[in-house]
Amino acid sequence: MNRIWRIIGQRLLLGVLTLFIISVVIFGATELLPGDLASQLLGQSATKETLDALREQLGLNLPAPIRYWNWLTGFLQGDFGTSMATKKPISELVGARLVNTLFLSLYAAALAVPISLTLGVLAALWRNSIFDRASNAVALTAISFPEFFVAYILILWLSQSGFFPSMVRITEATTTLNLLYMAFLPALALTLVVTAHMMRMTRAAIINVLASPYIEMSLLKGMSPMRVVLRHAVPNALAPIINVVAVNLAYLITGVVVVEVVFVYPGLGQLMIDAVTNRDIAVVQTIALLFASAYVLLNLIADVLSTITNPRLMHGR
Amino acid sequence: MTILLSVLIGLGLFFIIGYSARAGLRVTAPAQYKPTFRDMPLTASFGLTVIVFYIVIAIFAQAIAPFGEGEVMGHQFLPWGSPYYLGTDKLGRDMLTRVIYGARNTVGIAFATTALAFFLGSVLGIWAALGGGWIDQILSRFIDALMAIPELIFSLLLLTIFGTSVLTLILVIACVASTRIYRLARSVAQGIVVTDYIEAARLRGEGNWRLIWREILPNAMAPLVTEFGLRFCFVFLSISALSFLGLGIKPPTADWGSMVRENATLITFGDVTPLLPAGAIALLTVAVNFVVDWLLYRASGLKE
Amino acid sequence: MEKPLLLNIRGLKIEGRSGDTWHTIVKGVDLTLHKGEILGLIGESGAGKSTIGLAAMGFARDGCRISGGTIDFDGIDLRRATETQRRGLRGKRIAYVAQSAAASFNPAHKLIDQYCEGPVIHGVMLREKAETDAVELFHRMRLPNPAMIGFRYPHQVSGGQLQRAMTAMAMACRPDLIIFDEPTTALDVTTQIEVLAAIRDIVSQFGTAAIYITHDLAVVAQMADRIKVLLRGNEVEEADTRSMLAAPRADYTRSLWAVRSFARVKQPPSTGRPIISVRNVTASYGAIDVLKGVSFDIHAGRTVAVVGESGSGKSTTARVITGLLQPKKGEVLFNGKPLPASFKARSRDQLRQCQMIYQTADTALNPKLRLRELIGRPAEMYLGLKGKALESRICDLLALIELEPAKYINRLPSELSGGQKQRIGIARALAAEPQLIICDEVTSALDQIVQEGILKLLDRLQGEFNLAYMFITHDLATVKSIADEVVVMQHGAVVERGSKAELFANPKEEYTKLLLSSVPEMDPDWLNRLLAARSNNDKSGRSTHSSV
Repeated sequence: MNRIWRIIGQRLLLGVLTLFIISVVIFGATELLPGDLASQLLGQSATKETLDALREQLGLNLPAPIRYWNWLTGFLQGDFGTSMATKKPISELVGARLVNTLFLSLYAAALAVPISLTLGVLAALWRNSIFDRASNAVALTAISFPEFFVAYILILWLSQSGFFPSMVRITEATTTLNLLYMAFLPALALTLVVTAHMMRMTRAAIINVLASPYIEMSLLKGMSPMRVVLRHAVPNALAPIINVVAVNLAYLITGVVVVEVVFVYPGLGQLMIDAVTNRDIAVVQTIALLFASAYVLLNLIADVLSTITNPRLMHGR
Repeated sequence: MTILLSVLIGLGLFFIIGYSARAGLRVTAPAQYKPTFRDMPLTASFGLTVIVFYIVIAIFAQAIAPFGEGEVMGHQFLPWGSPYYLGTDKLGRDMLTRVIYGARNTVGIAFATTALAFFLGSVLGIWAALGGGWIDQILSRFIDALMAIPELIFSLLLLTIFGTSVLTLILVIACVASTRIYRLARSVAQGIVVTDYIEAARLRGEGNWRLIWREILPNAMAPLVTEFGLRFCFVFLSISALSFLGLGIKPPTADWGSMVRENATLITFGDVTPLLPAGAIALLTVAVNFVVDWLLYRASGLKE
Repeated sequence: MEKPLLLNIRGLKIEGRSGDTWHTIVKGVDLTLHKGEILGLIGESGAGKSTIGLAAMGFARDGCRISGGTIDFDGIDLRRATETQRRGLRGKRIAYVAQSAAASFNPAHKLIDQYCEGPVIHGVMLREKAETDAVELFHRMRLPNPAMIGFRYPHQVSGGQLQRAMTAMAMACRPDLIIFDEPTTALDVTTQIEVLAAIRDIVSQFGTAAIYITHDLAVVAQMADRIKVLLRGNEVEEADTRSMLAAPRADYTRSLWAVRSFARVKQPPSTGRPIISVRNVTASYGAIDVLKGVSFDIHAGRTVAVVGESGSGKSTTARVITGLLQPKKGEVLFNGKPLPASFKARSRDQLRQCQMIYQTADTALNPKLRLRELIGRPAEMYLGLKGKALESRICDLLALIELEPAKYINRLPSELSGGQKQRIGIARALAAEPQLIICDEVTSALDQIVQEGILKLLDRLQGEFNLAYMFITHDLATVKSIADEVVVMQHGAVVERGSKAELFANPKEEYTKLLLSSVPEMDPDWLNRLLAARSNNDKSGRSTHSSV
């Protein structure tokens, strides 16, 4: 048992280290600019006075490590700085939108994970059947569609006929039930793309295990195909499946940006696109770090879970 | 109803193109490749045909397109009909012309980006696997950390800083995509580096250059080629997504992603025209994925 | 007295798929087995013995199909039976013991869960009953701590124990027939004895019929009542074990017997300065010492066989000599001068003088290079040969290894047979014109008749070029035929060394004795005699072998 705690401890440390490197990269990226942020923002026609004033305001006259330290400690305390475009504190902009984006991601995950795992297991069970080939072709097709294409098709199909709204407006009065209804199309668009990936990878993970000698052994013990897959293959494919789920939930984060724009969903993705268009670097940095943290956290959870499901690591010699 | 109908037409086209392409390949292929095409799935022959079709369109765009790339023809949002078979866009440019030029611009840029990413990633990856030691450790840790930033988010961050031009777009996406290629190339090369024949070559006293070119690369080609296909799809979709978000290829260059964005308002009126460029993107990605899937299946099947 | 018939296979044909075409791998084999009888199936790789064993359960692997003949098990036609019927027989009335127990136990479940699965699912007994029964069978299979061992995971149990646990698992439903598919091939010789004895006892106690598949004649002689010899999917001959051993009818069977007839001419004791001298070498992977003070010499024109079971450090010693692993202590002398510890620090000439041949030629030859380059490269690199000179050198080398140059020079390794690939490995080593060649288990992946050819070739080349060989192997029969001197290793240390004749005739150390006595002999009574002798030793108060 000590060993498992040590491994988990190592993974956690590695996660923290990764987050640290990411924060340095995200912060340091601005340092790659020719000139500095202020001259970039004001352009070549700016006078020296205005430049100095802006540098003062952005704290650019301090050395980089100190600015990094201030930025990081501020971030950890929930103080993300001020937006240059709107002059508002970033935490104010981000707060509600963060919740909305998390809601949409979880909504899509709740739909996608059970569907794709079931389909993946079935495709592995009936491999090389018509079901397997057809679902593989459909999944490949879905993977190949740009998210906005899927989203617009859904709008054309389900929203034109009046079943679901094509835009999401969230007000104080919106109930959860109402929100589930309004956010159905964006969640479905995300689900379609992610399900295809997850299903294919689950199938591959199980089929990989099905080639093992212990699978042949269980068949020779007279076990039914269903039992062979569920009892003998799936437990050994858990680690890759967990990773598949984590990778795809993390992928939701990326997919969310495009889908939010199509459905005018008030989430972080929309905010980020606006900020990129306005070159509002402080906001972009904040959201990038938030997304990356979620990504790292997901992978960390997957790592720990797949460690726990490995009997070789759980039960020492 | 329209959707059902278009799905049916699509399926019909798929089978017709798939069957006839496979039959054609079986007849024309040189003798030693005949068995390869005999058991080729329909998806793969369909994919190959579509890819060839796109390449032809991209190369001969100027000859095929009825009008100039940026030529404003007159009225905005004209409906389908002669001489503007797919109508006009919001500035009154011919849609069909722009879709055809899009093949050249969007696919060309995506291809260049993938090639660059591939060169970067595979050279670094094989070099790290061969060298091992602290260089490999540092490089791999750093790339792991970079990979922990979601691709689109990382690209957005870099585009904010460097601004959005086609050149920065290519460089940024290539850098982001090369991290994944580095990973794959490194792990493939690591599998090869530990084999006895590499050990034998090392004990013989061969230099690194020969090890990479004569001993490792020929054995790493198969997985790298399939990876090229997958990465191309990924890069292609990323560039389209960025263009759609208004951060990628900018007008007046005809590009499928930004064409969807420019004309998206039509969709709310039930007009499918803006979806055509999106469909063009989807079709090419589907085709490449079908072919790659076939190659992967063959690679895994032949091992047994 | 003839016992009742249990299994009756007539005209069995099985096809295998390679790429798009089906080709026959079993070409009409008949097989009968009576209740309580043990039939040995013997043959080299590709003989179709495992395929036939699985077909006796009505099972064909992915990519194989049973295409003809009848399989009648106790009145049930297995080919006509439904899949559900067949499933009902498998594990219940016909059980299977696989070659590698370590790979055939599911790593995710405890042994007891995997044991009980069969009896419970087939409705033979309830879980509680199955658990107590398991302890009883574990006990009979002489597993240590039978009450508790079931609660372990496969990775917590050694290979020899797993193989016995798998036999117990096969016995769980008290089947009428068990298929043993090379059950001891993956085990060390000293472990093999115990597993063989346990399998034989339990099968006779329950009167179970068995098909025992192996490539090792000496092993099958201990186990089987009758032996059937197979060659490329055809039956060669079948006879009673004793009569077949005494008087094999077919030429092929006789050639299997004759394999070890090759023996190297006895050489005078070596004198003078050794080519390679390993001096007191201690080496480690991480914190664990894998070599502890290893010393021995190799002289020109002589073969030193380094023998030991897996994990004894024989291959690690080779890695130290070639400079892939740097020793913590000690050194390697080449013609009296110390070699740099790392191969990177050695001169091109030092690298040239010591060449290596690997166990699996498949991974030792770059699959994308043609023979011309594979063999030519060392000659080009070390001897500076180019153009015509290089071409004729490559042809000479191919001729030396008895391959026709014009036919083979432009082939890829994949276009060669296993034995031919190994010959290319030899040619590549020769191309460097070395003084020492390290042969790492070079024959163990090959069929016996092919082994014979390789050993003869190595012997001939040694005479022609006055080569020194370091011959790493776990196979004592190979040692007997090719070695001049023997180094016995165990747990990273040299246990005993000396000339072959002396060591085989008069081993001094206990471990050497154990190792030598564990090699199966072509005599049906060998195992009985050995077990009797060992138990006498035990009774006289001392255990000669540790429990594995």
